[in-house]
Amino acid sequence: MNSVHDMGGMQGMGSVLHEENEPVFHAPWEGRIYALNSSLRAMGVWNLDAWRHQIELLPPVDYLRMSYYERWLRINEQLLVKHGLVTPAEMATGTPDPESAKTTPALTAASAARLLGRDIPSSHDPEVPPRFKVGQLVRARNMNPAGHTRLPRYARGKVGAIGRDHGVYTFPDSNAHFGGQNRQHVYSVRFAARELWGESVSPRDSVHLDMWDDYLEHA
Amino acid sequence: MDATRRGIPAAEPATAQDPTHEHSQGHYHQMVPSDPTLRVKALESLLVEKGLVDRAALDVLIDTFEHKVGPRNGARVVARAWVNPAYKKRLLADAPSAIAELGYTSGQGEHTLVVENGPKVHNLVVCTLCSCYPWAVLGLPPVWYKSAAYRSRAVIDPRGVLREFGTDVDEDVEVRVWDSTAELRYLVLPERPAGTEDLSEDELAGLVTRDAMVGASKVPPPGAKA
Repeated sequence: MNSVHDMGGMQGMGSVLHEENEPVFHAPWEGRIYALNSSLRAMGVWNLDAWRHQIELLPPVDYLRMSYYERWLRINEQLLVKHGLVTPAEMATGTPDPESAKTTPALTAASAARLLGRDIPSSHDPEVPPRFKVGQLVRARNMNPAGHTRLPRYARGKVGAIGRDHGVYTFPDSNAHFGGQNRQHVYSVRFAARELWGESVSPRDSVHLDMWDDYLEHA
Repeated sequence: MDATRRGIPAAEPATAQDPTHEHSQGHYHQMVPSDPTLRVKALESLLVEKGLVDRAALDVLIDTFEHKVGPRNGARVVARAWVNPAYKKRLLADAPSAIAELGYTSGQGEHTLVVENGPKVHNLVVCTLCSCYPWAVLGLPPVWYKSAAYRSRAVIDPRGVLREFGTDVDEDVEVRVWDSTAELRYLVLPERPAGTEDLSEDELAGLVTRDAMVGASKVPPPGAKA
C-alpha cells in the first residue's frame, strides 16, 4: 500500500539526529514491549509479513507521531484482538474473561535463549526456477497494490540490472494476507542513482534493492 | 558532530526520555489513551494471566539485547577480517558461516551479506520501508537508523546524510546504498584505518564503531575522536 511507511526519497523529514552513547532501550517499557512482541510472534499466529503490514495500516498521522516502540505496542494490541487471542473487553479492562481457557506460553526462558531475531523461511529450492539471470536488465513493475508489498514506490517503473540471485523466499505480498507463501527467487538489483533521481545526483552512485521475481519484468 | 545533532531525535523524544511526558510540548501520542508505561504493564499482566506469555522468557529476551548481542559482535567480525585475509574471503563469500565461526548464530545471521568499503566504493545500509538491520552482529538498531529522516534521505541523498555524520566521501568514490527490502541483512566491512599495523585483533575490534558497520561513518584512526 502506498502509505507513509514507504518513505524512500521523501523530503522534508529533517536532518538525521544522532544520539551519543544511546541505550538499547530508552525506558523499561520499550524492552517489555520488545520482548512481548517476540513472545507473541513465537506463537506463529501471525507471520512477519502480516506483522509488518499491521504497522503500515496505522493512519499516517499516527505513524509519524508515534515513537518506534509505541507502534509496536499499538499493533500488538490490534493483532491480539484481530486474531482472537484477547477479546476487546479484556483489552479494555486488562482482566481475563473468567470463561476463557488458560493457555501455555509458546516461548519459555529456555527457548527464548535460543531465539534471536526472526524466523525467516528461505532456501535454495531447485523446484522454483529463476525468471532472471545475473547481469540481465530488468524493469521494476509499475504496480500499486492496496495490500502489503516490499516494492518501494521510488523504484517502480525504473530499470536496473540483476546483481545477484539470493535464492528462494516467501512472497510477502501474498503471505502478509495469509494467501500462501508463493515462494520465488529474490535478486539484488542495482539501480543507477540517476535512473531513480535524475541528473542532479552523482553519476557514480547506485541504490541496490532486493526484489522478488513478481516485482520484475524484462527491460 | 555539532551540538544540534546530539541528544534525542526531535521526532521521538516524548517516550524516549520522559515516559510520562508531562513537560513534553509535542503531545506526540495524544491518541494513546494513557502513558505507554502503564499500557505495557497492563498488557503484560493480561497476557501472563491468560497464559500467552511467560515473564521469565521476557526477561531473557531483554537481557540478550541489553547485554549479549550488540555491535561488539560485529566489531570482532570486522577485526578478524582485517587481520586474516582467508577469513575475510570467507566472510565476503559466505557471511553466515564466517560469522558463525566466531560463535554468533541466529535466524537473522542466516541471511547476512557483507559489503566491503574500499578506496573507490563506500557502502551505506538502510531500510526505507521499516527497520531491517543485521541484529545478529549489531544488536537492535539505534533510533537514528529507524528515523523518518534517515529512511527517507539515505536513498536520495546519501552524500548529504554522510556529511551530517561527518563522513567525507570524495566525488570519485561510488556510494552504494543497500535498501534492505527483503530478508537479506547487510553489514559493512569498513576500511582499516592507517596507522594500525601494530595493533592486535582485540585492539582493532575496539576501534570499530556501530555507525561504521552501517556505513554512516568511517573507522577513525587510533586516538582520534570519533
